Amino acid sequence: MPPPNERDPLLEISGLRTHFSTREGTVKAVDGASLTVPRATTVCVVGESGCGKSVTARSVLGLIDHPGKIVAGEIRWHRTDREPLDLAALSPTGPELRSIRGREIAMVFQEPMASLSPMYTVGDQLMEAIRLHKEVTKDEARSMALDLLRRVGIPRPEQRFGAYSFQLSGGMCQRIMIAIALACDPALLIADEPTTALDVTTQARIIDLLRDIQAETGMSMLFITHDLGVVAEIADEVVVMYLGTVVERGGVDEIFHDAKHPYTKALLGSIPRMGAGTRQRLTTIRGNVPHPSDRPSGCPFHPRCGDAVPGLCDVEEPPEVVFGPARSARCVLHAMERSVR
Amino acid sequence: MSRITGDPILDVQDLAMRFPVKKGLFGRTVGHVHAVDGVSFTIQQGETLGLVGESGCGKTTLGRSVARILEPTSGQIVYRGRDGAATDLATLGRRQLRPFQRDIRVVFQDPFSSLNPRMTLLQIVGDPLRAHGIAAGGELEDRVAEMLTRVGLSPKYMRRYPHAFSGGERQRVNIARALIVHPRLVIADEPVSALDVSVRAQILNLLWDLQDEFDLTYLFISHDLSVVESICDRVAVMYLGRIAELAQTAELYARPRHPYTEALLSAVPVPDPRLRDGDRRIRIADDLPDPADPPPGCRFHSRCRYAEPGTCDVPGSEPALGAVGPEHLAACHLTDRLTLQSPFDAPRSR
Repeated sequence: MPPPNERDPLLEISGLRTHFSTREGTVKAVDGASLTVPRATTVCVVGESGCGKSVTARSVLGLIDHPGKIVAGEIRWHRTDREPLDLAALSPTGPELRSIRGREIAMVFQEPMASLSPMYTVGDQLMEAIRLHKEVTKDEARSMALDLLRRVGIPRPEQRFGAYSFQLSGGMCQRIMIAIALACDPALLIADEPTTALDVTTQARIIDLLRDIQAETGMSMLFITHDLGVVAEIADEVVVMYLGTVVERGGVDEIFHDAKHPYTKALLGSIPRMGAGTRQRLTTIRGNVPHPSDRPSGCPFHPRCGDAVPGLCDVEEPPEVVFGPARSARCVLHAMERSVR
Repeated sequence: MSRITGDPILDVQDLAMRFPVKKGLFGRTVGHVHAVDGVSFTIQQGETLGLVGESGCGKTTLGRSVARILEPTSGQIVYRGRDGAATDLATLGRRQLRPFQRDIRVVFQDPFSSLNPRMTLLQIVGDPLRAHGIAAGGELEDRVAEMLTRVGLSPKYMRRYPHAFSGGERQRVNIARALIVHPRLVIADEPVSALDVSVRAQILNLLWDLQDEFDLTYLFISHDLSVVESICDRVAVMYLGRIAELAQTAELYARPRHPYTEALLSAVPVPDPRLRDGDRRIRIADDLPDPADPPPGCRFHSRCRYAEPGTCDVPGSEPALGAVGPEHLAACHLTDRLTLQSPFDAPRSR
């Protein structure tokens, strides 16, 4: 198998900076993030709240709320048989991005109940997505919509077609959202915490569904989550973010069994694992995630890092140490190791 | 464990909480949602009892009834006080409840909405002291400072407002507010669900330390089975307003005796990609039946993969919560015939 980075990329984000200028100062929500989504691959972006994972995903589709703005970086979208397109350079309200949004790149959001309109039936909302991007009659759109509902595992789709979002459970609503996202056979599905608001039993079924659809269609997924259990279930590659930067990238097995960055190690140590027994003290990360508006100097993780070197970590931006294709960590410790060798 | 004395601190018998469903112009009651429907359990002094289940199973309502934020429709909540006197809290009026509200406190889920944004930490944490007439003025301030220090916050932030604090810090404030009057029983309703992974571990460790220090008894409500395993001595699994299974934590996780417990456990994502495989997982339908109209017979039969027509779906023959082992209760008609899997069953790796 060729190394993943050369195995044709679908989406390449490089040096992305998305800043929000507020009265209190500039909030650097994403500050130099780079990641690649290869074709037919699931890339999970993990991190705690405020690490910029959602803003990164929304930047791809130009869905940043005011006063946020992409101030630097490229988002290269590789389409088949065409020149790569820089999505970051397109106007967020322009026709080009609008034709990509929902058609080539679809998105599923966190709160299924809040993402669907309570004023229209779920069938209408599904048909709207189909008719926006495809030249079909109403009847054709309707039968396509019913097929989609069946495909995402909704029992009795004819009845549910006329239902409103508030008449359905959270799991059903998320299935509808996935159906809408799949309406135009996207090449990339961005899923922003799609299972966070759901029960474990429902979450397991939604993850199965996404995996099955991916196996069937060969689409790529950019999956945003804070739940490392979910990452272990669904990811091929993992991107760990902290305070707007990517601190580590790697294959899912490498991240879970050979983590390089102290933050990744600390995150993995702080999750309770089933089978560990009762009252086993959890290792914690000291302090809190700082607010993005007052990020520490040097390595953003150094005030909470157990391995931080005074005079180095708090001064210097850590370099990105590359261990292999699609495998890197931003930490001076590994840079020192390298130079010693 | 010496922490647990074996004396029951709370004995809940046949507790029920019904909410009327109103419809039409005149708000006629057309039915009832049985949020909690005949629940019995005891909590020993010093233990942590976990309460798990999907959303809508009634776990929060049960917790709120026990804390008497809600008035239960029927049943008994017998609380044994410091002096050993037993009182049924279920029927007490507002005024009679006052002394018990000092002993039983609640830590709420959402650290963002459960603190008044117009009150300083001093006011928030000190309020219970003032309300119960325990302290005022300088003494109140000293006590608040001491409590804040204990939960890991600096007392110098006492005059700040909640918006200046992160989720984890606010949850510490929540805990401080609950513990300032030295309660005996703390009902923690999803105390770590809204927190980040790294902060969640800090709060769980804090809850353990405080339990040892203040001899607390916890009723720990959560939907996260891995968190429950790490903190609880015993676990009760709830489904549609009833307890489906209750056992010691290690026993329940290693030998589940109710198909619902089995399904819940197997749905928890395991944080190890090497254990990823399709066969291990049991999938149940993700539609919870309407709690206003639970299925006849065993209320889980509509989603149960072992359900037998003629046994499990007979109206009026709901399985009772019965002993299936030492200190192990389950409510299932078929439990003796089933061999259920546990997430710890070997071999699991590929």
